Amino acid sequence: MQVSPKSGSRSGLQSDSEPVTNLEQTLDAIVAEHAGQIGALMPILHAVQEKWGFVPETAIPILASRLNLSRAEVHGVVHFYHDFRSEPAGKHVIQVCRAEACQAMGSVALEEHIKNTLGIDYGQTTTDGQFTLQAVYCLGNCACTPTLSINDHIYARVTPKRFELLLQSLLKPVS
Amino acid sequence: MSLRVYIPQDTTARALGADELVTLFHAEARRRGMELEIIRNGSRGAFWLEPLVEVEGNGGRRAFGPVTIDDVPGLFNANFSQQNSHPLALGPADEIPWLKQQQRLTFERAGLGDPLSIEHYRSLGGFAGLDRALRMQPQAIVDAVKESGLRGRGGAAFPTGIKWQTVLDTPGDQKYIVCNADEGDSGTFADRLLMEADPYQLIEGMAIAAVATGATEGFIYLRSEYPLARKILRQAISKAEAENWLGRNIQGSGKEFQLQLRIGAGAYICGEETSLLDSLEGKRGLVRFKPPMPAIKGLMGKPTVMNNVLSLAAVTTVLAKGADFYREFGSGRSRGTLTVQLAGNIKRGGLVELAFGHTLRELLEDYGGGTATGRAMRAVQVGGPLGAYLPEWQWDVPLDYEALAEIKAMLGHGGIVVFDDTVDMAQQARFAMEFCAIESCGKCTPCRIGSVRGVEVIDRIIANDDRAANRHLLDELCETMVDGSLCAMGGLTPYPVRSALQHFSTDFER
Repeated sequence: MQVSPKSGSRSGLQSDSEPVTNLEQTLDAIVAEHAGQIGALMPILHAVQEKWGFVPETAIPILASRLNLSRAEVHGVVHFYHDFRSEPAGKHVIQVCRAEACQAMGSVALEEHIKNTLGIDYGQTTTDGQFTLQAVYCLGNCACTPTLSINDHIYARVTPKRFELLLQSLLKPVS
Repeated sequence: MSLRVYIPQDTTARALGADELVTLFHAEARRRGMELEIIRNGSRGAFWLEPLVEVEGNGGRRAFGPVTIDDVPGLFNANFSQQNSHPLALGPADEIPWLKQQQRLTFERAGLGDPLSIEHYRSLGGFAGLDRALRMQPQAIVDAVKESGLRGRGGAAFPTGIKWQTVLDTPGDQKYIVCNADEGDSGTFADRLLMEADPYQLIEGMAIAAVATGATEGFIYLRSEYPLARKILRQAISKAEAENWLGRNIQGSGKEFQLQLRIGAGAYICGEETSLLDSLEGKRGLVRFKPPMPAIKGLMGKPTVMNNVLSLAAVTTVLAKGADFYREFGSGRSRGTLTVQLAGNIKRGGLVELAFGHTLRELLEDYGGGTATGRAMRAVQVGGPLGAYLPEWQWDVPLDYEALAEIKAMLGHGGIVVFDDTVDMAQQARFAMEFCAIESCGKCTPCRIGSVRGVEVIDRIIANDDRAANRHLLDELCETMVDGSLCAMGGLTPYPVRSALQHFSTDFER
């Protein structure tokens, strides 16, 4: 399969997340759910990302005003953590472990294979909006490596061939 | 006839197809008109045998593994609940030498049953430690933890009892218990296994810490890369609340402990305790200056017990069985048991819990059985991405904190990552610097800039660009990082780099 990279994509929402509508009302509801908690911003950002698949830039000033923080503080938190995305992800998020226990079983070659197959680098989404590729440092499956995860399901002892099969099963139309 | 089968719901077991096995076992049983009950237990940690399927019948619980989806009809054909004739038959799981020879205290219950059953947990001695703690004075609990000799299992090996004493002695209108479940080191999975297989042990340990120090609120800071542990912990906390092992009045004792689960967001640095505290407070995970120690000024500036998952879990054994029982295990100043995680290129990888003092070679050979690829073992990284790479002549080192420190290595959280003879140690040194550059919090210069320059200098050495001068420069850079970094991230990154240079120098001269 060959797909060309498209960075800075604004389309291709994750299938299980909704388009961004009713921004203020939704954020107010999420903020209310976490009212009074210590360090509420982190769980709030997780909830925002779960809702829309990313943290919209436009959410930052609203969250800042509701939490009595500066915009810079909220922006800083969103961008400090690898997990929070500023743009929508593809339908499937593929995380490949780059850490030592996976390296010891050939993950460097697997990474190259995956990047070549999808035609994208880490942090990018394929043009058809199907796949987002992310680097990850340890998924806790270090005795049966290389490891990758697709949409939070973890796969062990992944070879390039196994990756091809996984990809095919994801591209199969749902009957 | 009716069958009872155990198929683990552990992350690694599932990554190897355990969920598919559940579907196939049900289908096969239905086809044969047999009644089947499947219990999703945790893993026993013998990951090289996962998916490890156990069946009740013929005088006990017998194991088969590793079971693939193609093996299911064959197991039924071989009447696996009654007979041991199938080629994957391992006999009773408890009798598998790899498991039987371990000295399991913290992981004694792992894999035996449904992780979320409080009844099962109690039937195997669970909550006995908390039961006892609820009837003790706080000082007596802290004394027991001190006497046990328990040291922090997260990597820093600070005496747990001393930390608790500081929190107990520091006045505060609110105190907190924080569990560091941000197990980010590559090659480690012990915290994950415990949280997935025996989550109540962690809850019990945290409640004991609360009773001992007067804290009423606690947080588990769990990394986002562990979705299954998240799900299990969330359910375990609700069940523990419903059965009054957490909440306003634990088991009618008048003691309160409220526990919340918080999820990280993919930052390795948040495993550093002060960075974790900033993250819990909803900020960027920046490392704080110490002192003040978190025990004095921790979460929200309040006295805070901050312990690793395994330290808190070990406390339940100390309270249930006594400090003397626990300190009987171990060697020198390293008391109790060590949880080694055999990872990377290893034939029999998984979790090995043993008293401190066994040699690295015993672990690699007797338990690990050599490399997975069958090639010669060349380098072993002990203690995660900030740990040294050890060459063969150092493998007789006993696994305790002091012995490793003597050879400029560290035990860390007990992860052991094995590499065969195809490894390029110059690339491993480069990765250590690259990882530090990616994951540095950015607060101090030696770590933030030093790691970036480290990658560049190593690239020049590899490219044979003024090699001697650049090796000298790298050495000075490492010294600056060790001496000048604010925390262990920048301070220890030179360990894998320097050990690679020292013990595998030919890889830098190609």
